[in-house]
Formats: sequence, structure tokens, C-alpha cells
Amino acid sequence: MKKRYLIPTLIILSIVSLFVGVSSISIVDLLDFQSEETQIFLISRLPRLVAILLAGAGMSMAGLIMQQLSRNKFVSPTTAGTLDATRLGILVSMLLFANASMLEKMTVAFAFALAGTFLFMHILNRIKFKDAIFIPLVGMMFGNILSSITTFFAYRADVIQNMSAWLQGDFSMVMKGSYELLYISIPVFIIAYMYANRFTVAGMGEDFSKNLGMKYRSVVNIGLVLVALITAAVVLTVGVIPFLGLIIPNIVSIFKGDHLQKTLPHTAMLGAIFLLVCDILGRVMIYPYEISISLMVGVIGSFIFLFLLFRRKSYA
Amino acid sequence: MIQVRELTKLYGKKQVVENVSVDIRRGQITSFIGPNGAGKSTLLSMVSRLLDADTGEVLIDSTNTKKLKSNDFSKRVSILKQSNYMNVRLTIRELVSFGRFPYSKGRLNDEDEKMVDQSIDYMDLKEMENSYLDELSGGQRQRAFIAMVIAQDTDYILLDEPLNNLDMKHSVQIMKILRRLVDDLGKTVVIVLHDINFASVYSDRIVALKNGRVVKDGTTEEIIQSAALKEIYDMDIPIQQMNDCRICVYFNS
Repeated sequence: MKKRYLIPTLIILSIVSLFVGVSSISIVDLLDFQSEETQIFLISRLPRLVAILLAGAGMSMAGLIMQQLSRNKFVSPTTAGTLDATRLGILVSMLLFANASMLEKMTVAFAFALAGTFLFMHILNRIKFKDAIFIPLVGMMFGNILSSITTFFAYRADVIQNMSAWLQGDFSMVMKGSYELLYISIPVFIIAYMYANRFTVAGMGEDFSKNLGMKYRSVVNIGLVLVALITAAVVLTVGVIPFLGLIIPNIVSIFKGDHLQKTLPHTAMLGAIFLLVCDILGRVMIYPYEISISLMVGVIGSFIFLFLLFRRKSYA
Repeated sequence: MIQVRELTKLYGKKQVVENVSVDIRRGQITSFIGPNGAGKSTLLSMVSRLLDADTGEVLIDSTNTKKLKSNDFSKRVSILKQSNYMNVRLTIRELVSFGRFPYSKGRLNDEDEKMVDQSIDYMDLKEMENSYLDELSGGQRQRAFIAMVIAQDTDYILLDEPLNNLDMKHSVQIMKILRRLVDDLGKTVVIVLHDINFASVYSDRIVALKNGRVVKDGTTEEIIQSAALKEIYDMDIPIQQMNDCRICVYFNS
């Protein structure tokens, strides 16, 4: 889990990702800027790679921040209702604005993601019984309630099919012009890194933070805003990617601990690598068709998640 | 000196701390003792600003604590609460470095690093400074937290039941360390303690609380008396003088 292994792996996989696909592209083709291959490369392959890198890094980082702030290793956008709240937000934006622009959708989705996450944190504060497994269960129930509301209104408005597109994470639709919203993760990365020490302190509790003279509430709020921004951008551009925010931070934590200033870059890189691997596998396994990313991540991720659960038990 | 003036705290309609006034003198160990639910921890939390008082005020070296910015306050007063719930994987060194947070916000300069080194050495944790907290024993973890507080470099150190879950050996070790902090480094220590014999042997002054009120406040010799203890605990407790220690024999009273 060292940077000198992660960085080369990331670069090699990125190059592989660029040259895997139905139409074969070689480096020689790219020398001719007018060729069809270059066009495919610029319109489809490159945006896809960028989207995978940003979404993978972003979702893992969002998970890491949530786990730190909720002081629970099993909390993530998947298990705290953030993803479900975002989908509800997308539905609302579709119902409110007939032809919602990307920015309108983003604003409403972000507002819902934020409200959903705040509500979850509020519930968390109210719960006296802070069992490690109980809290994510509450989060999943909360998410399912939101999800059923979404389904109900989507059904009545006859947009179920449209909505399920957001449910399935999919990179095959990513093209130039449809993924640029994801660039919002870059400033979010920078702010998160600047706040890394504060998030670590907040992860040790309110009393601990106050002892060190830190404004606990505002740090938690900033963290949740960052999480909601990333989640809304990812769900809008590629759809729901489950488990990523759950497993990647946990793997990094086992090897590198919980000092966010040290683990944030690793978490972001490992998230991007994991998503790249899943995407490349999904593209070659039933070539020339492709398996959607949420299925790939769901299958591989749930095995890793189970492994983490068992490992945790043997150490407890 | 910390001057507590007429502090009151209500939980609902119940007064947990009622009109409490206490002076905490510099360069001494002051212990808060008393039965369960007496309001000791609540009082300590209000002094350290973790809780807001409903009425009353706390002065630290004649300044009202409410007038201090939280960052400045954290350079003068530190508090350690019982940390039975702690699942953050940090190494000892990382934890102690956070003691410098009020000064450096996480970007440690040479002076900060020096303070961190000194604190770790002072608590005798050098060999295990890169071990994770969740791999340590209770006593080692408590020492790591005290090292962090030393790095925080405050004049006043408040501890809420620091001996909880520690065995005899580690309890004695922690109390000796606190004594050294006062005698060698000139710190002022305030502790909430359950075991009156630790209070008797290690503290300079004792404040006894009961039902949210101060019932006794004086030097250790004044409080560790059968009559005074009767008033605090409703128990007849004989006192035995052993060497220089006054021991309360409460086990069969």
C-alpha cells in the first residue's frame, strides 16, 4: 500500500483502459488528428477514463470522510441514505423542470444529498445504542424509505425507466459533453485535503475536538457538504456505484491507519484503481458487449466486504 | 487560579449542579470526589467549556472563560474525558502530534516536533511511538493521551476519571505521573476520582460534591476525616495512618 506501487499501477491501468474497446485504436492512429480513431479516442475513451478516475477517487473519498465523521467504519454513501436521497433529488428536478439542464439537476440533487446526509447524522446523534453494525442498518432502512418514496412518485409520473438509469452505474454512456460535471470533484479533493487534519480530529469525537479548540460542528458540516457534492456529481453523470465508499477506505485503514492527511491520497488512488479494474474486466469479459460497472463493483465489492467483516471479527 | 462562581446546570428540571463555587489553586492537584450522580463530571465539563453552564461563570487567571476564543482557551486548559469508545486507528506519535493542533493546525514546525518528542519521552513511550492505539493496553493508551495533553502545553490539565478500567499497577503509575506534572512541570491538575484512597494519597486539595452541591472543600488532611466522610458518603469510615498515607478503610463499614 505504498505510493510507489499505487502510482505506476494507476498509470498502467489507465493506458490499458484507453486502448480496450470495440474499435481497436493504436498509438500510431492517434498521430493523425483527423482519423476516426482519434475522434473515438477523444470523444469516448478519454472522457471515460477521466470519469472513472474521478468517480472512483471521489466515491472512496466521500466514504472515508463519512466514516471518519460518523465514527463508524460501515457508514458510506451507500449505507447512509446519501445515494437514495440523491436519486430522489434527481426525480424531483425532473418533475419540477420539464427539461432540466445538468446544472439544475445538479443543484437539486446536491440539495437532497445534503439534506439526506444531515438527516442521517441527526438520527445518528439521537441513537443511544451505538453498535457498529446497528448504525449502518439504520442508514440502509433510512435509504430504503427514501427509495420507496422515489419509486412511488416515479411510478405515478411514469418515469420509472428513466429513474432506473440512475440506479445502474454505467460508464459506457460517458462521452464528451456528458461527464464534465465530475470535474467538480477536483476542487472538492483539494478542500478535503486541506481539512484532512480537522476531519481526523473530528473523528475522535466532539469533546476531543473541543479540547483542541476546534469548531466541531462547522468541520462536520463542511465534510458533509463535500460528500454531498461528490455523490450528486457521480450519480448524475455515471449513476450509483455501490460499495466503493465502503470497502476502499476500510482497506486503506487496515494498512495505513486513520490519519486522513496520510490516507486521503491512498484512498483516492486505490478507489480509482479498483474502479478501473472493474471497468476493464466488465469490458473484456463478454466482449464485444459489456457488463455494467455497478454489477461488477457489486459482485467484487460484496466479496471484499464479507472478507472485511470476517477479518474484523477475528480481531475483535 | 480557576475560580468557579455559582455554576448551575439543569438537565430538564433536575439540577445536576447547583450553585457551585470553588477555587482551584495553581500548582496543586485538586480532586473532585463524591457519590455517583453528584455532578462531578458535569462540573468538570463546564469548567472546561465542553458544556455550557445555565448560570454562573468560570474565571481563569481572572479572565472569564466565555471571553476567550476556543483556540486560545485550548492553549490554557486541556481536558481528558473517559475514552472507552475509541476506534480511530492512529499511532501514538500521530495522537501526540494532535496535542499541537491549537498551535499549528496540523502543520507542525520544528518547535512543535520538539514538544512532541519531549512529551513522548516524558511518558516513556519512545519505543512504541509507531504502534496503533487499538493495539495498546489500557494503561499504555491512557499514557498516550496524557502525552498528548503534555504536548498541548496547558497550565491547567483536567481529567475525568483517568483511572477507569485500569488495574492497580497502571492506576498508581498514572497518579505518579500526574504528581510529577505538578511537582516538576508546575502544572495544575484537576481530577475526578472514584477511589478516595487515591485522592487521599496524591491530592493537595479535595472538593467533595453530593447531589450537585459542594459539601466539603479543603486540604486533604481536612477532608480525609471520619466525620467529613460520613457527611459525604453516609458511611462510617475509619482512617488508618500508614507511613505518610491516610488510608480510608471503607470495605467493611
